[in-house]
Amino acid sequence: MPVTDQSGAQTPAQADVTRRKFHIAMIYGLWSLMAAALSIPAAIYLLIPPKLRKRPEWVEAGDVSALEPRVPVEMVFRQNRVDGWKVQSEKTTAWVVKLSDAQTVAYGPQCTHLGCAYHWDDNRNYFLCPCHTSIFSVDGAVVSGPAPRPLDRYETKVENGKLMLGPLRQSKEKT
Amino acid sequence: MSWLDHRTGIETAIRSFLYEEIPASSGWHQVFGSIAVFLFLVQAFTGALLAFNYAPTPGDAYNSLRYILTEVTGGHLIRGLHHWGASMLIVVVVLHTTQVFLYGAYKKPREATWMVGVILLLLTMAYGLTGYLLPWDNRAYWGTVVSTQIASHIPFVGTYMSRLLGGDNAVGVVTFARFYGLHVLLLPPATALLIATHIYLVRKHGVAPAPGDEVKSRQKFYPRQAFKDTVAIFAAFVVLFVMAAAVRVPLERLADPTDTTYIPRPDWYFLFLFQSLKFFDGPLAIVGSVILPSFAVLALLLVPFVDRTQVMRVTRRTVAFGVVALALLGWTGLTVAAIVTTPKPDTAIAIDFSAPTDWMGLSPQEMAGIGYFRKENCASCHSLETGKPGAPSRTGPDLANVPIKKTAAWMIEHFKHPAAMVPGSSMPAIQLSDAQLNALAAFLLKLTPRNAEALANAPDFAVQAALLYQAKNCGSCHQVNGVGMKIGPPLNGLARRHTQAWVARHFANPEALSPGSFMPPYQFSQREMDNLVAYLFTLPD
Repeated sequence: MPVTDQSGAQTPAQADVTRRKFHIAMIYGLWSLMAAALSIPAAIYLLIPPKLRKRPEWVEAGDVSALEPRVPVEMVFRQNRVDGWKVQSEKTTAWVVKLSDAQTVAYGPQCTHLGCAYHWDDNRNYFLCPCHTSIFSVDGAVVSGPAPRPLDRYETKVENGKLMLGPLRQSKEKT
Repeated sequence: MSWLDHRTGIETAIRSFLYEEIPASSGWHQVFGSIAVFLFLVQAFTGALLAFNYAPTPGDAYNSLRYILTEVTGGHLIRGLHHWGASMLIVVVVLHTTQVFLYGAYKKPREATWMVGVILLLLTMAYGLTGYLLPWDNRAYWGTVVSTQIASHIPFVGTYMSRLLGGDNAVGVVTFARFYGLHVLLLPPATALLIATHIYLVRKHGVAPAPGDEVKSRQKFYPRQAFKDTVAIFAAFVVLFVMAAAVRVPLERLADPTDTTYIPRPDWYFLFLFQSLKFFDGPLAIVGSVILPSFAVLALLLVPFVDRTQVMRVTRRTVAFGVVALALLGWTGLTVAAIVTTPKPDTAIAIDFSAPTDWMGLSPQEMAGIGYFRKENCASCHSLETGKPGAPSRTGPDLANVPIKKTAAWMIEHFKHPAAMVPGSSMPAIQLSDAQLNALAAFLLKLTPRNAEALANAPDFAVQAALLYQAKNCGSCHQVNGVGMKIGPPLNGLARRHTQAWVARHFANPEALSPGSFMPPYQFSQREMDNLVAYLFTLPD
């Protein structure tokens, strides 16, 4: 009857189309919801850094009272590092330089380019990275090579002539 | 036809999959197979995520799982999804089997489909068995000791089974590697292959029709049945997600092969098998452990060859309903019997190792401080968990996040005369003895934003035990976590040296058990004794 059609009731064929549209919308909607409910927690699980249960501690690197000015010394010390579910006690090194009487700095042992171990070249008076020949001056600045920023520095404090090292801080990008 | 379809045929393939013709009678009763496939994929996904943070050796498994649960963000949810997903998969696979059985959908020519399905049911159980060991807590260890022993008692092949499972009657590193290898390397591809075969066979023979379908016009799978499957999958997923988020999966203490008090029980879906073992003694034991289960599997496999009658309406299949009712009755009876006959452990104290346990490192004095903090209701004004979203703001300062720069002496004065030390303070004076105030101050000095939540969760039994420990001055002879005197033996590592029962007897009469000891005897109530012994046994080594 045309009257009922105009009043809003649907013919069976129209009802079929509506139902079909509803089914398809629900299929897309519910699967999107489930995909989100699984992928968002997964992304959080993988990407958010785990809670640290250990406070970073100060470790003693060595005696700095006898350092000569502007002559880097490689100091080896043991450090507890939180590694996933383990706390590893491992040997770590730092290049320690007394830049002035007031300032002693400790550089992290890795080149800021791609993480190779660099060393101090006594004859030429600079830090040389053997991988891609980045060169750093005694105060850590990039002299040449592909290194993007100066050497990273540990937080330091001196107590009774002993150098104490805190966390390693990434140096600012080269300007 | 698109570019991609010309080259890969993927659209045509999906279209022919979705537009499969199914009988007019298809509907809500046929959603279980789809739910099972979905849950299998969820298990594979969450399993891979867990594996990214998990070290599969007995030395590391437990610690890495604790790391997932206490330090990795969202770790609880992912493990919850995997744990409850496993239980749910068993339920859904059994429901799927039951539905097919009730409707007689296994009949000619669908016998192979049914048999592949039975093997998939067994594989689902194999996941449960092998996955049970992987947390490597006491529950995992002892449950697996029992299941490997059962395998080693199978006539003729028992020795070889036991060797295959990695050791002659011992659960150790090799067994662990074998179980892990099975769980993540062998079972998943086998399951995927069999699911593919199963679905291929369903497609080949078509969804089983009901009587009367031949006169009705067939419908397409998409979108009507696909909609029903989706809604059912979504409902299952919501239940799973809520369980994973809300129901904590406990983690017991690290597997301890020397623990003689542990009462091993399998996961709930194996309890009926466990209980059936009790009916057969001595040489008959293999009837319960091997022969009956083998017959059950064989009977299940042979169902299509035993029942060769014509397809009929589900409502007329009274025998099938009878079989299902009997199986359900038997299963329920055995499971309930297994639950009610499980003895209560000596002490009802269980520590949840799925939460941080920083409190274990506190001295008894600091632990007692938690007791006074709770007793004096300090938390009604001082929050220990601000900084967390949704934490209510309180009247007093937040004691965890504001670093306490005061000394213990200052705090004790402040506890006694709050306003004298902090002008304008509305804190009431605390009526405790000096020793008790000392303990409270000692606890507050230990608080950091990192450990506050973990310390606030210290279980009551340990706090009560520490209060008792302080009241009896145990620290004047013994050391706990490096605090106290060394006249008596240090109490850390007590669990390695003695049993709980020995320690309880020792309190009553020290001389009798340690000749020459001048420790005085103590009379404790049962509650006090339980708390104290459990506390001493949780101390780190």
